[in-house]
Amino acid sequence: MTDNELIWRIAGGSGDGIDSTSQNFAKALMRSGLHVFTHRHYPSRIRGGHTYVEVRAKDEPVQSRGDGYNFLLALGDSFARNPQEEAYYGKEELKPLYENFDELREGGVLLYDEGLLDEEDVDEVGLEEAAEENGWEVVPMDLRGIAKEHGREIMRNTAGIGATAAILDIETDEFETLIEQNMSGDMQEANLAVLEDAYEAANELDVDHDIEVPENTHDEEQVILSGSNAISYGALDEGCRFISGYPMTPWTDVFTIMSQHLPNFGGISEQVEDEIAAAALALGASHAGVKAMSGSSGGGFALMSEPLGLAEMTETPVVLVEAMRAGPSTGMPTKPEQADLEHVLYTSQGDSARVVFAPANIRECYTQTRSAFRIAYEYQIPTIVIYDQKIQGELRNLPASHFDEEPNADPGSVLTEEEIEEAAHHSSGKFKRFLHEPEDGSNVSPRSIPGQKNGRFLATGNEHNEEGHISEDPANRIAQMNRRLEKLDDIRADLDENADHQTYHGPEEADYGILVWGSQQDTAFEAVDRLNETGHSVKALGVSDMMPYPVEEVSEFLESVDQALVVEMNATGQFRGLTQKEIGKYGDKMSSLLKYNGNPFEPAEIVDGFESSINGEDLAATNMKYLPAAGD
Amino acid sequence: MSAFSAIGDESEIDRDEFTPGIEPQATWCPGCGDFGVLKALKQAMPMVGKNPDEVALFTGIGCSGKLNSYFNSYGFHTIHGRSLPVARAAKLANPELEVIAAGGDGDGYGIGGNHLIHTARENHDMTYIVFNNEIFGLTKGQTSPTSPKGHKSKTQPHGSAKSPIRPLSQSLNAGATYIARTAAVNPNQAKEIIAEAIEHDGFAHIDFLTQCPTWNKDAKHYVPYTDIQQSDEHDHDVNDRQEAAEMMFQTENKLYEGEVLTGRYYVDDQSPSYGEEKRATGEMPDEPLAERYFDEDAEWERTYDELLHHHK
Ligand SMILES: Cc1ncc(C[n+]2csc(CCOP(=O)(O)OP(=O)(O)O)c2C)c(N)n1
Ligand code: SF4
Repeated sequence: MTDNELIWRIAGGSGDGIDSTSQNFAKALMRSGLHVFTHRHYPSRIRGGHTYVEVRAKDEPVQSRGDGYNFLLALGDSFARNPQEEAYYGKEELKPLYENFDELREGGVLLYDEGLLDEEDVDEVGLEEAAEENGWEVVPMDLRGIAKEHGREIMRNTAGIGATAAILDIETDEFETLIEQNMSGDMQEANLAVLEDAYEAANELDVDHDIEVPENTHDEEQVILSGSNAISYGALDEGCRFISGYPMTPWTDVFTIMSQHLPNFGGISEQVEDEIAAAALALGASHAGVKAMSGSSGGGFALMSEPLGLAEMTETPVVLVEAMRAGPSTGMPTKPEQADLEHVLYTSQGDSARVVFAPANIRECYTQTRSAFRIAYEYQIPTIVIYDQKIQGELRNLPASHFDEEPNADPGSVLTEEEIEEAAHHSSGKFKRFLHEPEDGSNVSPRSIPGQKNGRFLATGNEHNEEGHISEDPANRIAQMNRRLEKLDDIRADLDENADHQTYHGPEEADYGILVWGSQQDTAFEAVDRLNETGHSVKALGVSDMMPYPVEEVSEFLESVDQALVVEMNATGQFRGLTQKEIGKYGDKMSSLLKYNGNPFEPAEIVDGFESSINGEDLAATNMKYLPAAGD
Repeated sequence: MSAFSAIGDESEIDRDEFTPGIEPQATWCPGCGDFGVLKALKQAMPMVGKNPDEVALFTGIGCSGKLNSYFNSYGFHTIHGRSLPVARAAKLANPELEVIAAGGDGDGYGIGGNHLIHTARENHDMTYIVFNNEIFGLTKGQTSPTSPKGHKSKTQPHGSAKSPIRPLSQSLNAGATYIARTAAVNPNQAKEIIAEAIEHDGFAHIDFLTQCPTWNKDAKHYVPYTDIQQSDEHDHDVNDRQEAAEMMFQTENKLYEGEVLTGRYYVDDQSPSYGEEKRATGEMPDEPLAERYFDEDAEWERTYDELLHHHK
């Protein structure tokens, strides 16, 4: 399977510049006209340790990281070279080489830095045997030496890129341009020289392989970015001008990007004492009239549970981002999982009215963050964008025109002072902020902002009457509860009409269905294509609205298939549970394919899982779990 | 016309404007010290020339949190211990609002203690009034962070082994720039201190001693109160941090020994407030952010133009 795609893996230690190098590599390939996708793997460690990034390049949009890879650039872990006493390092320096053996495809190329990794050590980890067995083409090169000649050995990266280009017969122009754009002075010159030297040195070698780097030229200008970028840009375009947060991986990414850009957009970013405060600040800013967001990851989001409930009860709009990582508790800080779904749907006391979106990919990260703000501010309800480490870390290209949308600064259902004059007031003069039956027949009672004339009201987390005064009157209670909860029906109707969040994939008619949510959608779609190519009859529905749940669409889908496999990255089948709870039937049609080892699905795994499930076999792979249908 | 035209409205203001037109259901017990805070606060508003529409009052949970029901302004009755972070952001969003936060000693010094430290440290321009009745009122009389050592309650039947918190010293250490203590039984001083705190540009913390006749009958609330500014015995320079620290430390011992010193302990009117600092570093715009959403001429840049070229 080496034809028509390149999956290039660069491996080294955290801190060796693996990330930036892979980003540049991916960008250069995109500029040369290819579609690209990156997948990051890193340990929860600041420096050193085995880390890698894969760049998959094809002549058509790339849906997933793919299965395995066909080119390894192993730089070695330079931070393992001076192990401190009493810290266990083992053969850490070599890890970026031997820990990658498993997934390198047959006939792949393995380029390693013999300047960093001694030949004797390399022998010890069994490279020769592994290469023979798998038909790998092994290319040792002194990348470190080439880099050192021009000053600094950290430029091993650049040498690796030059060598890769020569071996794969890729032109170096785009790499050169990137170096010119990103660096200046001596650094620029040195890197250009390293690139050229490594290219020439590798060209001298006789490397035999059958990887064909495909060719393509986009007909539209492309951009390459991450899910966190897209969420941030969606927020900015929707008029968000306030963010408050506390760092926690992987949420930190959005928080950082927003903090860097907000001041340039005339907005405010606040790093505060904890996540309770973070969510509380976002509420305060929103109450005072600014579109605001906050967010966290599992543990930090747990702390936000109470302010989240306050937002629901006071009908204060706010957008929260929940970037999932593997749990429970601090779990695996740098590994993706989709196991916070129930946490996000149900946390906080009482019957809750909140909206939850789970974007599938970078494209949806942008559009659904915009939806999240629009819905929050129009309907005065907290909305949550839940995504995971996978989308946070991966880069993908898409047409720049996807972002070419007008900003929306509309503060939603807020009145101007003139409108407040006309609006309903209590005989005490207080503005009726929480009308039981808003005049336009909707469930949204318009709000005023502190500082507006005659708009005074009390926002309180206690049950309250129309002016906001605390009230335990039973009739008032029912009126307010119903109005708040019924907003979810209105929002469902709004989304059905205005936002296309669910994605169908595959033939219209099929015997089997794959139901998948959030970040695993595109991978599942790639698996569906393969299954259909091999004679199966499968279609898929990717769901991105978690609450209000798209009951009708999912019901129709489940109705139309004989059996459905629900694919998700957790151990208990949370999304399948949600689907069953929301729809109330089809429990006998749904079985689950689950993965929770810290890595997202690869398409081939879904193919295998699907095949074993329909054949009634046990899963061969031990990294996944099959959960049969439970009945209604 | 500005979108927030109530702000800066200079008309004559009557304190009664802050009384809700229809009295809410009484929730405070007869004789509760909280009435003293309410009265002082209402009296202070005309003194500082604020009208109800430009004041945003943020409270936590507890008897003190009911202040909003008795006080006619924009209000946000938040959650236990969290009034400060909510209030802080409102001030950042619209620096022209008069932001006041209030809470109980359990609310402010217990569950919300961390927020107090950080709000003081950042020196947000706002006023924080802590109703200190040395007890949890609303949950019916448990020991609070300001209850004296040995205090017996249903949850601490053997008497508390903890020393009470030192809220004034703690605020000084944290960075508050106006620190005072007053008492419900001292109405004249109370209104003046509240007015001064509101006018202060920075974080003003008032520890307001309030009696809770229902749950804290033992509290020595009717002992002599000495106003440190009125007393010849206490020659005290409020701008001197060292002196203030010493004074606070002593009074925090004395609080439980029968003599209560009230008045201004510390005033630093030199340090810039957080908002000013943030504007100076370019992290915050000069104009109130909240205004912009109502301004039809405001320009909203697209990220497309600004940011996307980095990704090309
Ligand atoms: C998170 C949370 N914990 C506990 C409570 C229950 N609670 C309500 S008021 C209160 C104590 C109030 O004491 P204090 O702040 O001293 O105020 P007071 O009632 O004396 O004015 C507590 C523990 C709550 N509402 N929320
Ligand atoms: S319980 Fe105490 S603090 Fe609460 S209202 Fe009654 S007297 Fe006041």
